[in-house]
Amino acid sequence: MSATMESQPARRGRMAALAEWADSRLGYSRFLKAHASEYYAPKNFNFWYYFGSLALLVLVIQIITGIFLTMNYKPSAEDAFASVEYIMRDVEWGWLIRYMHSTGASAFFVVVYLHMFRGLMYGSYKNPRELVWIFGMLIYLALMAEAFFGYLLPWGNMSYWGAQVIVSLFGAIPGIGESLVEWIRGDYYISDITLNRFFALHVVALPLALVFLVIAHILALHEVGSNNPDGIEIKKVKGPDGHPVDGIPFHPYYTVKDLVGTVVFLALFTSVIFFAPEMGGYFLEHANFEPANALQTPEHIAPVWYFTPFYAILRAVPNKLLGVVLMGLAVVAFVFLPWLDRAKVKSIRYRGWISKAFLIAFAISFIALGYLGLQPATTAYTNAARVFAVIYFAFFFLMPWYSAIDKTKPVPDRVTYHAH
Amino acid sequence: MHIKNTALAIVSIVAFGLPAIGAAASAGGHLQPANTDVANTASLQRGARNFMNYCSGCHSARYVRYSRLAADLGLTEAQVIENLMFSGDRIHDTIQTSLRPEDAARWFGTTPPDLTLIARSRGTDYVYTFLKSFYLDPKRPTGVNNLVLPGTSMPHVLWELQGYQAAVYDGQSDAANETVHKQFKGFELVQPGLLSADEYDRFVRDTVTFLDYIGEPMQLKRVSLGFQVLGFLFVFFLLAFLLKKEYWKDVK
Repeated sequence: MSATMESQPARRGRMAALAEWADSRLGYSRFLKAHASEYYAPKNFNFWYYFGSLALLVLVIQIITGIFLTMNYKPSAEDAFASVEYIMRDVEWGWLIRYMHSTGASAFFVVVYLHMFRGLMYGSYKNPRELVWIFGMLIYLALMAEAFFGYLLPWGNMSYWGAQVIVSLFGAIPGIGESLVEWIRGDYYISDITLNRFFALHVVALPLALVFLVIAHILALHEVGSNNPDGIEIKKVKGPDGHPVDGIPFHPYYTVKDLVGTVVFLALFTSVIFFAPEMGGYFLEHANFEPANALQTPEHIAPVWYFTPFYAILRAVPNKLLGVVLMGLAVVAFVFLPWLDRAKVKSIRYRGWISKAFLIAFAISFIALGYLGLQPATTAYTNAARVFAVIYFAFFFLMPWYSAIDKTKPVPDRVTYHAH
Repeated sequence: MHIKNTALAIVSIVAFGLPAIGAAASAGGHLQPANTDVANTASLQRGARNFMNYCSGCHSARYVRYSRLAADLGLTEAQVIENLMFSGDRIHDTIQTSLRPEDAARWFGTTPPDLTLIARSRGTDYVYTFLKSFYLDPKRPTGVNNLVLPGTSMPHVLWELQGYQAAVYDGQSDAANETVHKQFKGFELVQPGLLSADEYDRFVRDTVTFLDYIGEPMQLKRVSLGFQVLGFLFVFFLLAFLLKKEYWKDVK
């Protein structure tokens, strides 16, 4: 090895020697092999398998744009609103960075919801991927907290009253509720102190948690290997080289495929940024272009769209405490799926009509609740939300029954794949 | 199966996109369309003049710099200083009002809001209709009320242009309950102003166009930049797609 290196031109030899020096002390080539060039992923990934890498992309976009926003944002009740407008007007490319970040927040949830739905369809939470799923759910919880804290920072009137409503939910907890709310706010109302701590949590604590959880999510995934639309364990059929016959190295095959997905995603993402940054008031709410005003509530307080399915459940329950509990349960219920699902097959492709019907009903009720959560709480809307909430919970809590009795189809040994 | 999944994907994307369409439709109500066009520089310039003459006495636009106006409205800084700056500010200052908040509170019972973002928070249709909906109401201290924002403390600043109008109602009085069951029918010009109805509409439209622009000054360039970005991504897509096809030839 050293003999051949000496015969090469001096400059290249030095670079290679440096790389080898570092690798023998860090072992990065082994790491890259294990997680990219020799990580075997099933070859039959379809459309739904783009959203994992896209979620990672959006996380990186949020972190980078967030760093640049922090350079000009001022986390104080006095200056926050003005500093955002300063970013929008006076900071070079500030408007683009801000729109990337505000659109990125919604894009994150779009991508993550589609990613989660993929897991529901193909049974990706089932044995042996329970821990992958749990880490994923922790990411989702951290993401919700991150989005909530971040939403206060522009210090618009919807920021203010949205935080007021959500924080006050903790007041429903018997006994400690009121003092807990005070402890969270650090004050008797949403104030400069609240803004400062939310800023700290938004830019330091939760991004750190998110990054660590994403690493854990990917490490756990690579330990057991990816699921696929057929729900078949590709490790069961290995070739003479010891690699799964239906697996292909993640790099280069899925890096180039995900590149195509990334470009399509970016086209949609930038279309929102450049042509509809407010997205009709759904990504940036109109009332948030007025500064926070403790004396005047916006006409209609609604959280941003990605929280509205749960908000609709909260409003559908007449009892406040029970509403808060059910809303929390609606978020957390996903965690229990690996143990609620008793089907012998993973993928929806080989499940019977009952499972399919429940999954479709769940997807419809999730979207319907999301819509209802944005509307004023009229009697008709509240009743509709009750119906959809029942369907939502039925999907989870009847699962041990319907997944066990549902007729399944035989699962083939090899994945379904047609070369293009 | 593959086609089925793609179809499902399209359905889910459409479902996620749908609420956005609903929102655009529901924002209006009885408001009149402002039909502003921020690309129309002449309209913007007239709007800036209107704003400075009629609004800035009481309302600030505290995030807007005069120098930025000059650059975006196709004016020289000298022209802005000459025609749009009345209060001896410097060209890089933001638009402040000389009305002191204490005085405002005493005279109007409230502080006139900053107008930088009014078109974004309320919408251009709202501002357009608001400025056209003042009507005589002797019960109000200002002598006028507004159909869009009933009980507003804002006087009809534009009365000399529009004149005064009265609100005409359909309905009958209910003397027993000392109320009137009435439904708004329309406005009737009681005292004509300097401008005809069409001219006044245009005046208000220009003003709202300016407010639309100051709400988001970068909207002038973000759309054109967006097309360039999409053009780049289209080329990138073709290259990425061909690269993927080349690699995936081996996958059987």
